[in-house]
Amino acid sequence: MDRGVDASRARKLTSARANRLPTWFRVAVAAPPAVFLTLFYVWPFATLVVRGLSGPDALDVLSRQRTWEVLWFTTWQAAASTALTVLVGLAPAWATARYEFPGRRLLLSTLTAVFVLPTVVIGAAMIAVLPADLERSVWAILAAHVVFNLAVVVRTVGTTWAVIPTDLEHAARTLGATPWRTFRLVTLPVLMPAIAAAASIVFLFTFTSFGVVRVLGGARHATLEVEVWRRATQLGDIAGASTLALLQLLALAAVVMWGSAVQRRTATTLDGHADRRTRPTGRLRWQVGSAAALCALIVAVPLLALVERSFWQGDRYSLAGWRSLGNNEIRPGLQLGIDPLGALWRSITTAAWATVFALCIGTVAVIAISTLGRRSGKVLDTGLMLPLGTSAVTIGFGMLITFDRDPVDWRSSWWLVPVGHALVATPFVVRNSMAVVRSQPIDQRHAAATLGAAPLRAWASTTLPALRRPLATGAGLAAAISLGEFGATSFLSRSGAETLPIAIDRLLGRTGRLFQAQAFALSTILAVATIVLVVAIDAGGDRARRS
Amino acid sequence: MLDVREASVSFDGTPVLDHVSLTVDRGETLALLGPSGSGKSTLLRVIAGIVVPDSGTVVLDGCDITAMPTHRRSVGMVFQDEQLFPHLSVGDNVAFGLKVAGVGSAERRRRAGELLEDAGLGGFADRSVGNLSGGERKRVALARSLAPNPTVLLLDEPLTGLDRALHDRLAPELAALLRRRGTTAIWVTHDRSEAASVASRTIELIAPAAAPAAAPAALGQTIESAHTES
Repeated sequence: MDRGVDASRARKLTSARANRLPTWFRVAVAAPPAVFLTLFYVWPFATLVVRGLSGPDALDVLSRQRTWEVLWFTTWQAAASTALTVLVGLAPAWATARYEFPGRRLLLSTLTAVFVLPTVVIGAAMIAVLPADLERSVWAILAAHVVFNLAVVVRTVGTTWAVIPTDLEHAARTLGATPWRTFRLVTLPVLMPAIAAAASIVFLFTFTSFGVVRVLGGARHATLEVEVWRRATQLGDIAGASTLALLQLLALAAVVMWGSAVQRRTATTLDGHADRRTRPTGRLRWQVGSAAALCALIVAVPLLALVERSFWQGDRYSLAGWRSLGNNEIRPGLQLGIDPLGALWRSITTAAWATVFALCIGTVAVIAISTLGRRSGKVLDTGLMLPLGTSAVTIGFGMLITFDRDPVDWRSSWWLVPVGHALVATPFVVRNSMAVVRSQPIDQRHAAATLGAAPLRAWASTTLPALRRPLATGAGLAAAISLGEFGATSFLSRSGAETLPIAIDRLLGRTGRLFQAQAFALSTILAVATIVLVVAIDAGGDRARRS
Repeated sequence: MLDVREASVSFDGTPVLDHVSLTVDRGETLALLGPSGSGKSTLLRVIAGIVVPDSGTVVLDGCDITAMPTHRRSVGMVFQDEQLFPHLSVGDNVAFGLKVAGVGSAERRRRAGELLEDAGLGGFADRSVGNLSGGERKRVALARSLAPNPTVLLLDEPLTGLDRALHDRLAPELAALLRRRGTTAIWVTHDRSEAASVASRTIELIAPAAAPAAAPAALGQTIESAHTES
């Protein structure tokens, strides 16, 4: 109540005309992000829609049997992956939410680390861990999706599980319910909203799965995303690919609406606070221990296998895979065509540029959103979030078919890939910083103003310093996203200029122990780099929270 | 009929119950009085089988039930914060015990309706538990725990947290409901006048650290106070 009054009073105060920032300044900061968004997102997206709807091609694509086979595979593999992930995730969610045990935090951070790993790395890890006859099968895809998304279920469901009072279950027991019926009739229904939320996120991720399916699906299995890529880049069927991309968008919208409907329907309110986590005793110790151990095995073994396989040469361990990274000659005079170390270097420079772009656009956008009026600020804010809701494949594809003719033939420009990455990463930079800007007390600016600072000066001396930390976090995220980005890059990178994920995918596609070992070595490097970045971001966030 | 003999419980080395014994006769309502931290709730949990005692036994109708799982004991419990099932309607909450006992759905509905009527909540069956008042929640919790006809009913501070007027109205009402049904009950409270108004007998529990000096050896931690007629 009081806060509401305060907020409305604050709004009146800031809208006092004399205290506003100068108009030229507001236009100057709003223009760059708006132009960036229009040029690299809205225009390619419009091109995609026009191409996808135009001519008889659209109907032709819809009448092909292959299209419906792909849609069917996309849907059922996503449903199966989701069901499996929920099934596997429930026990560790219970163990980590209810009980305190050694390694609990390590387990949760490992899950999160795996969740942020590049899709290609997960694909490579599955090839490393599975026997040869399973490594390009549906099973490999499902397993990869479970490993990848386990964190979503364990975290989301665990958070709710932690606030279900144990006495709610005790109440059921005193009414005569067996432990199983207590779970079935009380715990599970109360968890249902959280399970539905986790499931719809996992379904969304697996429905749009691209990297994992590219690496593990072989020629037989394709999701809509992979099929768009195959049509566009392998078969040169741009119109067909555009139609499929639109079909994908429609399906995605349906999935999102279904997800939020399910969550609304099952929402129940839980009163009460979280019980303290207890140390398990007696028989519970075994149950909690095995749930945690199983979960740890599922996520850790593929990654360990990845490292192990990078040293494996078919009959013995050797450093050959790692040693040959800098040398793309298979034997004297015979070039491989993929330069692993070159790819590593290109990934680093691409990530650096993508971070610079995302940071510049993001910072200016944050300034613009916080200084524009409420309505236009909201439009810019929402607009910059759009790429987050569009799959990277759609973004890359749209850019590919838009920037292919003069005067905007930018396909061979070095900056096109980093710009694509920046488009995906900017929402994270903006989200992170806006939270900080919004939580800033407006009185700070008024205090500066009463001390004689002009509006621009008052704003610069209060808001800019507060942005430093969230921008640093945003930069870390942008770098991590760029390092692992595979969807958009698949369309935009030129051969001979591969980034790490592209190089890994191509190396895995070749036969020969050395190539496989090289791919595993590069995956290890990429995994370590991503984890280091994410840990650094986490540590920064922790320090900020403590101070 | 219910006998707790020399029950001891400690959590992480801290004694919570120290050789507590108590007896309840069939059909009587026993008030269990004591300051917070004296182990009243823990004693109820030992009787319900939610907490396993380190030593001592719980005997119900001549049967040692110390190791019996909660759901087979026929010991009902009204929790301090009710613990109504948030995903079920009022009627389904009350009928829960009947459902897990295998009672058919029409019969469940009828009996739940009767119990609600008896608790002064006629016509509440289809309401959501989310928008009940504090007093209504207590009545639903009591009706729910009575539905499967427990041999013993445990009430853990059932009226704590209600305002004075509601408390004074509800106390005799719940006590009358228990008497009408002839339920054997242990009613935990820290309010001496509440204990006197609802129970035929009062036992006081003292915090375990003070127990050896204050309590007669035979009773361990408990002191039995004078019988009250009500």
